[in-house]
Amino acid sequence: MATYSTNEFKGGLKIMLDGDPFTIVENEFVKPGKGQAFNRVKVRNLKTGRVIDKTFKSGESVEAADVIETELQYLYNDGEFFHFMDPQSFEQKSAPQAAVGDGAKWLKEQDICTVILWNDEPLSVEPPSFVDLKVVETDPGVRGDTSGGGGKPAKLETGAVVRVPLFIEEGEVLRVDTRKGEYVSRAKE
Amino acid sequence: MEVWRPAAGLETLRRRAMILAEIRRFFAGRGVLEVQPPTLGPPAMDPALESLAVEGVAPGGGRRWLQTSPEYAMKRLLAAGSGDIYALGPAWRGGEHGRWHRVEFTLLEWYRIGFDHHRLMGEVAELAAAACGPRPVERISYRDAFLRHAGVDPLEADENDLAAAVARAGVSPGWPPSGRDTYLDLLLSHVIGPALGHGAATFLYGFPASQAALARLDDADPRTARRFELFLDGLEIANGYHELTDADAQRRRFEAERTERRFLGLPVYEPDEALLAALEAGIPDCAGVALGVDRLVAVALGARSLAEVRFE
Repeated sequence: MATYSTNEFKGGLKIMLDGDPFTIVENEFVKPGKGQAFNRVKVRNLKTGRVIDKTFKSGESVEAADVIETELQYLYNDGEFFHFMDPQSFEQKSAPQAAVGDGAKWLKEQDICTVILWNDEPLSVEPPSFVDLKVVETDPGVRGDTSGGGGKPAKLETGAVVRVPLFIEEGEVLRVDTRKGEYVSRAKE
Repeated sequence: MEVWRPAAGLETLRRRAMILAEIRRFFAGRGVLEVQPPTLGPPAMDPALESLAVEGVAPGGGRRWLQTSPEYAMKRLLAAGSGDIYALGPAWRGGEHGRWHRVEFTLLEWYRIGFDHHRLMGEVAELAAAACGPRPVERISYRDAFLRHAGVDPLEADENDLAAAVARAGVSPGWPPSGRDTYLDLLLSHVIGPALGHGAATFLYGFPASQAALARLDDADPRTARRFELFLDGLEIANGYHELTDADAQRRRFEAERTERRFLGLPVYEPDEALLAALEAGIPDCAGVALGVDRLVAVALGARSLAEVRFE
């Protein structure tokens, strides 16, 4: 079992706490004038995203979490699992709904996603920051109105709904920022 | 930034130098003698301090340890009749690195003959004012501070009460703590200390007897020791004692620290016989304090970390 000593603690280090994998967000060494030293850390649960405070006795060791970040290609969703493939090894991995979360609405087949693996299983899936998606449903375009002011909702091929300028038509392919959930531009084909 | 360029700016280092000059002027004006204790000597006995060994520096090629503070050496001078003394220089504590900690740091330590801890607190406040500008000074007992900020009596509460206070404060130990002092240290470092010294120079005094270190116990309440700390802006700046001058009591404390070191699997050192002999020869009734100069400079300049005010 790999372990880390508290003096190796730094932001980004992955550790196990109460059976869950966590990443260290912030580490502070604290010590009263005389007395024991502690490492006071903020850690994020990689399963739930929740950030909690934790204190360790300095010099103690904590179990390391076998967590790596990798790039996998999204293949398909079978209704229960999202399936991915390593483009180099062609090895396939399946991620449960919970690992994909809200990002599911941006997933288009063939797109390369950032996947966090814990003990070799997908723990969380992050869609690409920018995706090109086709508009499948929106009110008819208002020609000549290129102001972009106001806007209207448009449903995309993955099911996501974003606000788009009035001139956008069904069938057009748009570039979308998945982190903000916002329309960026028409996609350049 | 180029790798050779120190992170602390030159203007900061100039202001730091002015504070060091102010400290020396402060003591010169009061007839306190500057001394330079050897920085290599015996190791500290305190289990919470890690002394760093240097090989091949003792006569005959043996090892010595970088001082964690000049305390043992300065007490030998006091026994020799030096009168009031201060030392300003580097000290080293292994394993201590963080925003407000450095393995190598700058320590100011001084001893005043005939002072008790309360009188010395007054002088520490004056020195802090000389460096950082005046602030209201407040004194709060360790017990009152715990009652006010953690809702628990640190002298009477049992481990369960202390564990509950730790949990109430939102502190979550990643291991099962044991021992009252561990809980007290958790509360002091996470809750109480950070709440002290805002808009004031706050002295915390009357530490539990179990944390007396080198302070004498208080005859008026032997549950407490005549030990204090100064806090500015939530940072612990100084730690002082009405000094223990009884050689036998000191020997017993060293023995207890050796036992604790053995229990914790830490190096167990021989007591510093030179210090014990000095105490037997007799040191005058005095109070002494160690003050973190890097932190004092950081507070004076409004810095947010030691890295901003140290040349490293």
